[in-house]
Parts: sequence; C-alpha cells; structure tokens
Amino acid sequence: MGLTLPLAPPAGPFESPLRAAGDPTISSSLAPNAVLLVVVAVLVASGVFLLLDRSLVRVLLGTLLIGNGVSVLFLVVGGPAGEPPFAGIPATDVSDPLPQAMVLTAIVISLATIGFLLALSYRLWQLSGTDNVPDDIEDARLQELADLDEPSSTFAEGEESTTTADELAEDHT
Amino acid sequence: MTPGLVSDLVPLPVLLPLLGAALTLAVRRSPRLQRLTSTAVLTGLVVVAAVLVVEADRRGPLVLWVGAWKEPLGISLVADRLSALMLLVSGVVMLVVLVFSIAQGYEDDETDTPMTIFHPTYLVLAAGVSNAFLAGDLFNLFVGFEILLFASYVLLTLGGTSERIHAGTTYVVVSLLSSALFLIGIAATYAATGTVNLAHLAIRIGGLDPGIVLVLQLCLLTAFGIKAAVFPLSAWLPDSYPTAPAPVTAVFAGLLTKVGIYAMIRVQTLLFPQSTLHGLLMWAALLTLVIGILGAVSQSGLKRILSFTLVSHIGYMLFGIALATAHGMAGAIFYVVHHITIQTALFLIAGLVERFAGTTSLDRLAGLAAASPLLSILFFTAAMNLSGIPPMSGFLGKIGLFQAGVEFDTPLSWALVVGGIVTSLLTLYALAKVWNQAFWRPFPEIPDTDLAGQASGPAEAPVLGEAPVLGDDAVLGDDAVLLEGPGAGAGSTTATALARTQGPSTSRALPPVMLAATAAMTAVGLVIALVAGPLFAYAQRAATDLMRRDPYITSVLPLPPGVRQ
Repeated sequence: MGLTLPLAPPAGPFESPLRAAGDPTISSSLAPNAVLLVVVAVLVASGVFLLLDRSLVRVLLGTLLIGNGVSVLFLVVGGPAGEPPFAGIPATDVSDPLPQAMVLTAIVISLATIGFLLALSYRLWQLSGTDNVPDDIEDARLQELADLDEPSSTFAEGEESTTTADELAEDHT
Repeated sequence: MTPGLVSDLVPLPVLLPLLGAALTLAVRRSPRLQRLTSTAVLTGLVVVAAVLVVEADRRGPLVLWVGAWKEPLGISLVADRLSALMLLVSGVVMLVVLVFSIAQGYEDDETDTPMTIFHPTYLVLAAGVSNAFLAGDLFNLFVGFEILLFASYVLLTLGGTSERIHAGTTYVVVSLLSSALFLIGIAATYAATGTVNLAHLAIRIGGLDPGIVLVLQLCLLTAFGIKAAVFPLSAWLPDSYPTAPAPVTAVFAGLLTKVGIYAMIRVQTLLFPQSTLHGLLMWAALLTLVIGILGAVSQSGLKRILSFTLVSHIGYMLFGIALATAHGMAGAIFYVVHHITIQTALFLIAGLVERFAGTTSLDRLAGLAAASPLLSILFFTAAMNLSGIPPMSGFLGKIGLFQAGVEFDTPLSWALVVGGIVTSLLTLYALAKVWNQAFWRPFPEIPDTDLAGQASGPAEAPVLGEAPVLGDDAVLGDDAVLLEGPGAGAGSTTATALARTQGPSTSRALPPVMLAATAAMTAVGLVIALVAGPLFAYAQRAATDLMRRDPYITSVLPLPPGVRQ
C-alpha cells in the first residue's frame, strides 16, 4: 500500500490539540487543573525571583523551585488522576504513566544538580568567604577603568563590588 | 552485515563509554589501566561510529528499540546519516583530545586525585554526547544533554580553584535554566500531542494549531539556543570556557555547542518543517556572527579570542539551519564537521602555547615563531583554516553556505552572505593579530614592561624556585594556577618562571605526543578539505533525508499512518 504521510496540517476546522492528536492514553477531559497551574506559576515565579539574587544559595533555591514547578507542570500534562496502573484495570482508566516516568527522571537529575551546586557554593564560600556570585569579568574591567580614570556615567561612587583581588590581578595581566 | 546486527551496534556509542566510565572508576588506583581503558573505549567508539556512517549511508536510518519495547512505550535510538556523521566526528575529537590529555598527564607525572576522576567523567561526557546524537525521542535527548552537562560541570570545575569555581557557577546556573526551559518544552509538547517520540511527533505536530506549534518551537529553540550559544544567549560561553584545563576547553569548544546545533537541525527539520521563523533565525545568525567576532577583535587573551570566534562561527551553522533548504542544511552539516575539528585544534594549540610560554595573554607573548617553529606552523594552518582561506575546509564550508544563501535570494539572506564574509575577514584580522603579537613579533620588546607590570600588581613578581604550593590544583598542567594571578602563576613550575623572566628560549620543551595529538587534530581539518567532495555529497544526502523526513519517520514507525495514529 502507498505510504503517504500527513506532512501538511489536515484541512478543516481545528478542534483542540488533544483531540486532533486523538491519543487514547490522554484523558477525555481537556481542561487542565487550574490549582496545579497556579502552583506551577507561583513556584516558577518565586524561583525566578530568587534566581536574580547575588547569593549563590538563593540562586540554588531558585533553581530548586523552578525545577519543582516544572515537575508539577508534568502532573498537569498527565491529565486528571486515574486508577493506579495495575494489571486488570482497563488501560483507559489508568493514569497516564509516561509523564510520571519523565518527572521521576527529572527529579533525580535535579537532586544531583542541587547536590553539585551546594558543593560549588560551599567551595566558593571556602575560597572567598562569601557565596556571592562574582562580577562579570568584563564588567569588572570596565569598573576598574572607571576607577582609574574619571567615573563613567554608569559607575556609581561607593557602590560595593564583589570583585576579588584575584580577578583584578588577572585583568592586569 | 545483516540489518539486525547493524542495528545492534546503535546503542554501543552510549554503552561503551558508560561501561568504560565504570571500569576506570573501579581501577582508579592505577592510572595506567585507566588510560588504557579510556583509549580502548574511545577507539571502539570511533570504529563503531565509522561502521554506522557506512551502514546508515547504505541502508538508511538504523533504529533500535531499547529492550525491544516497541512504540508507543519504547525508547528508540536512531542513527541516520546526520547522527552517524556527528558520532564519528565527535568520537575522533574525543579520542585525539584524550591522547593529548594523557600525554599531558604523563609529562606532569599526575597521580593525584583529580586525575583519577578525569577519565570516568570524560567517558561519561562521551556517553552523553553520543546519547544526544542517537536519541529518538525528545526526553531521551534531554537525558543525553543532562549527562553531558553533568560531566561538563565536573570537568569545568576540576581542581576547584577560585577561577574555575567562579566560571563554573555561571555555567551551571545557565545550563540549569536551559534545562528547565527544555523540560517545559517537553511537557508542552507532550500535552499537545501525547507523545515525545520524534518520528511520532513529526506526524502529529502537523495537525496542531499553528500558534501552539510556534510556542513549542520557540521553547525548544530557546533551550537549544542557550546550549549552542546563539547570540542573545551566548554571554555565558566566553566567561566559562577559557578557565578550564586545556584539553577540557578543547573538547567543550569542539563538541558541546555543536550538540545544541545538532538538536536544532533535528527539531527544525523533523518537527517544524513549516517553520515560520526564517526571519528570526536569520537575524539571530547575523547578530551571532557579527557581534561574536567583534568580541573576538576586542579581546587580548588567546583563549578568550578563540572563545569569541567559537560563538561567532555558530552563526554560520545557524545560517544554514535558518534557510531550511536542502543546500542550507548540507552547508550547515559540513560546517559543523569542519568547525568541530578546527576549533578543537585551535584550543589544543592554545593549551600548548600556555604550556610553552606560561601565559596566553597577547600582551605578554612574543617571539613564539622563532622559539617553536612547529607550534607556529600548527597555529598558522589552523588559523587560516578557521578564517576560511582557500583551499581549506573553512573556505569550502563557507562557500557552501553562501551558495545556499544566494539561492534563497531574499534581502536578509544576502545580508547574511555579506555578514558571513565580513565575519570571515574579521576572524582573519583577529587571528592575524594573535599571529603578529604572539608569534611574529621579536621577543626583546617584552621583559621591561612585563616585569614592571608584574611588580606593580598585587602579587609579587615570580621568584625562581618558588615551590609549587598550588600543585594540587594543577590538574592537567599548569593552567590552573596560571589563572590565579601573576605571582601565584609562577609558582607552578620553575620552568614557567623561567619562561616569564627569560623568554621562551629557555622554557620547557613541548612533549612530542602532545604536539602530535595537536598536529593530528589540525591535520584532520586539512583532510576534510581533501575529502570535501565525498563529504559534501554525504552531507547533501543527509540534508535531503532530513528535508524529506519520511526516511526517518518510516524507519522508526514502519506502520501505515492510519494504524500509527
């Protein structure tokens, strides 16, 4: 038989993404769970807020929150909860297992990442006595120029810099 | 070979390095066994990849369902022409760089702890890269990315010196963000289509509302754009790469950004053939090209210059992807192969320069041409190749892309052709500046200002025989301590201090194996030009497959579409 692939979108009125895909594993209820969506939004928003901080520990907490937000998003994606996936229960009644498998993987990965970031911030604290994320090297160089010469328009007198002596020394070379 | 047997080879590029990583971790007390294992594993990887290239070219995409679980539950590994080629190139690069780092380890007589985790991590990196190239579904692609990113976090912060921790922080946080975006993209894709298998998605995504498709596409492209260092998302790269040990930087520069480019090629051709983002991608390509190279021109350290050229030349590949024509894709694929080899070669050379002269700062380097003619020839060849001087592969790759751009024939594609030529010239300018300062300029101009500058610095001027206090941090050579500052840098070895005060003539000799590995990498760049005809034909066939899509889809899902949906 001829094998034709639907490379172009099918003609006709568009229904909904889920129905168009016509996948039986997805529940017939198309409305996502509003509560979970709000939780996702709050988690990601708080995460972004923390991510913008200079302290690495706060950045770490931010990534943690964003990661959890994304995990909850996968729950939303999985559709409404169904029966546990045991043998004997009809496949249509069972919760969609695939997003759960994916979210488990994502959780494991984020656990490892957080562990690594914690070690990193501890080492940063060991080395510099602070866990603040250092200035950008280029920015530090500009600021140094401003220090030596007249202050540029973007340079604020008395603003504290977290550039370490090491970095400045390196810029000299 | 029978088809079944060939398909069984498909998971090997992931399995071999993973097993090798476990083995090297088990024999961590014996550096010699570690070196032997890693070399054997990566050699095996290259052989398997070469077989896959031949077979994928002959039979079309090779598919393996892991654990024989078929769709819709199974996880597929797919080696089509593009994947196989990427596997082969990455395997060769990883092997050559491994030889380089082993030679460096021998020279420095490394038996400390950091070296023992280097081999397992390096092999895990290889597994991650292979997994990303072979992944037949979006989530497995994500897992591949995570594996290689994790290995790269460790490699980048190896030794845990202040510089590397600083660089590592930026890198880790940026990578985490891009991973989160990628996950959101996967979740949205799954919500819209109910699958993450790429072939399955290729069929289903056609039925979606164009607006939803656009959101999915933007989400995935942004995530890959961060990994590939496309312009507005590229600021992390020049800050994080140069601080790592030389072999690590070389492998990162060669491979990691290209995995992002590969992912972009894959999703753009397979999932979004009706892409409406030509304009956006072309603008991104143009800005990446021009702004990246302007960054390179303004830098004064060899490694940072190279990092900026790396960012800039990503624009060429994005150019090919943005055109979304068979010729554009073929040009991009050829350019990826060229760029992986040449960028790795250049970073290895930078590593040798740093080892030889004790610094990569252009203000302090001089007279290298007289001091080490061989190194100079290597740098000159590689630099000319990157800038696109005919008849080398850089020239051929750019010509292929420009032809595709001219065929496309819109004002923006012409602008990109012009931008590409300007970038090529500016690359030549930036590298010629390196050549003039570091290699060609006679030596005696330097010491006075140089030493004065050091004395006025916060640290003291290098003293002969200052003990290698930071020896533990010198993981893969002396570059770790060199970045600590002028005074501390001299602490690594007496030879370095000599190099500072008396010039390259008395600095330590370059180990022949390291030179040979670097020369091999440079030579691979030249060989690409020699075999450009067959390679371009291969890239063309790969690109045609990508644009037609059905070779990939039918080999993964050999069922008629009615049953499949």
